[in-house]
Amino acid sequence: MRFSTASSPHWFVGPSVSQLMRQVLYAMLPGLATLVWFFGWGVLLHVAIASGAALASEAVVLALRGKPLRLFLGDGSALVTAWLLAAALPAFSPWWITTLGVAFAIVIAKHLYGGLGYNPFNPAMVGYVVLLISFPLEMTTWPPVNPGVDFASSVQIIFSGHPAEHLADALSGATPLDAVKTQLGLGLGITEIINGPAFGLIGGQGWEWAAMAFLAGGLWLVMKRVAAWQIPAGMLGSLALLSGIFYALDPQAHASPWFHLLSFSSIYGAFFIATDPVTASTTPRGRLLFGAGVGALTYLIRCFGGYPDGVAFAVLLMNIAAPTIDYYTQPRVFGARRD
Amino acid sequence: MAFIPSPGPSWRFHGGLRLASHAAESIGQAVRPAALPARLIAPLQQHIGSPAKPVAQVGESVRKGQLLAQSDGYISAAVHAPSSGVIVAIEDRPIAHPSGLSAPCLILDTDGRDDWADALPPWPDYLSVAPVELRQRVRQAGIVGLGGAAFPTAVKLNPGANTQPRWLILNGAECEPYITCDDRLMRERAADLINGARIMSYILGVEEVLIGVEDNKPQAIEALQAALRGIDTRNPAIDLRPVPTIYPAGGEKQLIKVLTGLEVPTHGLPNEIGVVCQNVGTAVSVHDAVVHGRPLISRYVTVTGRGVAHPSVLDARIGTLVGELVQQCGGYTRQAERLIIGGPMMGFAIPDDQVPIVKGCNCILVAGADELAPSQPAMPCIRCGACADVCPADLLPQQLYWHARAKDLDKTQEYHLFDCIECGCCSAVCPSHIPLVQYYRFAKTEIAARERERQQSDVARRRHEFRLERLEREKQEKETKLRKRREALQNKEPPAAPKDSTQDAVAAAIARAKAKKAGQASTPPPTESQPVAKPDADTESAIISTDQDR
Ligand code: SF4
Ligand code: SF4
Repeated sequence: MRFSTASSPHWFVGPSVSQLMRQVLYAMLPGLATLVWFFGWGVLLHVAIASGAALASEAVVLALRGKPLRLFLGDGSALVTAWLLAAALPAFSPWWITTLGVAFAIVIAKHLYGGLGYNPFNPAMVGYVVLLISFPLEMTTWPPVNPGVDFASSVQIIFSGHPAEHLADALSGATPLDAVKTQLGLGLGITEIINGPAFGLIGGQGWEWAAMAFLAGGLWLVMKRVAAWQIPAGMLGSLALLSGIFYALDPQAHASPWFHLLSFSSIYGAFFIATDPVTASTTPRGRLLFGAGVGALTYLIRCFGGYPDGVAFAVLLMNIAAPTIDYYTQPRVFGARRD
Repeated sequence: MAFIPSPGPSWRFHGGLRLASHAAESIGQAVRPAALPARLIAPLQQHIGSPAKPVAQVGESVRKGQLLAQSDGYISAAVHAPSSGVIVAIEDRPIAHPSGLSAPCLILDTDGRDDWADALPPWPDYLSVAPVELRQRVRQAGIVGLGGAAFPTAVKLNPGANTQPRWLILNGAECEPYITCDDRLMRERAADLINGARIMSYILGVEEVLIGVEDNKPQAIEALQAALRGIDTRNPAIDLRPVPTIYPAGGEKQLIKVLTGLEVPTHGLPNEIGVVCQNVGTAVSVHDAVVHGRPLISRYVTVTGRGVAHPSVLDARIGTLVGELVQQCGGYTRQAERLIIGGPMMGFAIPDDQVPIVKGCNCILVAGADELAPSQPAMPCIRCGACADVCPADLLPQQLYWHARAKDLDKTQEYHLFDCIECGCCSAVCPSHIPLVQYYRFAKTEIAARERERQQSDVARRRHEFRLERLEREKQEKETKLRKRREALQNKEPPAAPKDSTQDAVAAAIARAKAKKAGQASTPPPTESQPVAKPDADTESAIISTDQDR
């Protein structure tokens, strides 16, 4: 009897890449549902548009690069990039914003660098930053909570590119972080700002719930070991520390640590964006440092930078540092002398 | 079932995997002696070290336990006749190797009588025998580590004049899923095992024996406890310690860590931290060799997997064909897909079952398709770090892979390639299905090959330098001669002063010969350089030829 041979181990006991990616998508569902609940159908439409754009551009590039379509399209990584970006876009921004952002993320940020596993920068955040710089107006116009736009009008708004007259007012809002930044600039104190109509219990109305839902999904990912716990721990830890220090120094000029921690972008960034394994640090201690770096940069950009939020920039900056961090945080090898 | 709490502290090693044990399939019944095959094939090299040297002749009738090949060198092990019969050949035969390699084997046609040769003197009262002699007995009996590595046991029992080990550790943590032969052995031969441990502790002069058994083997633990109850466990102090069942707890370095909290230094050996580690099966063999005077000619082998009709543990003669053992377990089932020597994590797949089992062979796993990793195309590494999380050596397998793939061998060593124990944990969890261990093995062989090349080129370089040096020396000597001759010719003086006569006489002779030659050829008189050029070229070719001869 002849037998086929193969190299050991002959067992496989973990989830595969496509399963990991699917788990990330599942983990986003509660958060996405909450966003839809508070900000309308637009969120869902953008997820759909982004998914289509991602699969299409991934397929085209794979075909051009002569890669096996089924294998790489099936890995789910393009969909994850698409969803991650879509959830960060304003709910009623025009369709081409999403399409452009996703296409840029997949074609330039991912495949130009060699595709899955080789891209040094978080593709979703590259797409996001490109959009933010190119279309600042569209990218910062968030609907207020419960915009009261039905599905048909949502489709119309997104695909026509400009909102119907009677809805225009309803659709110009700002994110809570944005509001804090502008109003601090106008000389208002934090207490006044937070007690304004756009704010809920801790953060912005609606936003705080979305943050909670993403937190739940994120914790599930950490539990499943899909996301490394060190990254959110490092990021939220350093964010809390810095904002705590500044808040203690002058509580009227700086938002409180819990406001920073529970803002949507902090939670979303900590659990879903910074945890992208390809572009983050890969050693255990390195991940803690990487997360801490993202948290610190986020805070600095939020408070002292030109943009209301800094997660995307912070992540991209730390992406650059990741290989260096990895090099200096190698674990002590079994049997090596402890110094 | 009485469960014993760990009597001593237990440490953790990093990473590892909780794997399904798959012991139930084969552990059910007592060990059966395998049928005596008509032909036994005993490879000369069944161990780490140099192959044994045959002492039996082709055509010779031998009896069971008779020495067939003696150990050749310090790190080597003897081979004995697993049964009585006639040596029909000593020749290359296929052995259990992934590439279907052949190696020198003794081929013994059995006569069915299975009668013992005159045994070595049994020493039930081993304490009256000197440790050196006992060690010699272990060596004579051809005992090697039965856990799989097959390192000659006598060598391990001789840690050197200035090292006094503190612990003897018996490894009863089955190395891998599916393998059950040690579990069975601990249940059935607990008393002999403990006696073997005492003999080894006497040889080593250690006062503490630790027996590490995975906590998923309660019956083995119970059996050992029962055996310990009847004896004095103070000198040596014998400590039975259940250890958590986390693969690879049976790895030598990992077990030592769990039991003592100490780490074997990188590139080091256990005896550097005062530990000698032996497999439980080895302890039983030592007992048999000392107390009964019996060499190592058989061992317990687990035959299991969905590809085998009736998985079980057999007591098989060394040299029995794998295929025959499978037949004795009901033969192959329709699911039989891959034939593995060892377990699913570190075992190697062989293409053909007509190869003999050797001393280190603990398991024959005939895996069904559903028991194997589905063959999937490897995807790029996504740096998820799952591999690093499970690596018991605390390496960064993803970085190692990166450099191994790029064939950056220096970098792989910088990332501690040689601390990798090839346990397979990393590959088993890699979501991208990258055959990581294969890359590491490849890199290790490449580095070994490079080392060899470097050594060879070192030799070649030294030889070359030596040659240049010699040529230079000879040239200078010749120049001196030439100068003298030139002086002699210029002076046109006959060789005079008897003091420096020899050289001048030679020079003059050469000059005469030259003049004569020039005359014969009736060519214009040679310039100064020509006559020297020729002998020079001659010498050169002579040097080259000697160099080639060398
Ligand atoms: S488990 Fe595989 S994919 Fe993940 S980091 Fe290790 S090698 Fe890369
Ligand atoms: S095979 Fe080597 S690198 Fe992989 S987990 Fe085991 S020791 Fe670590």
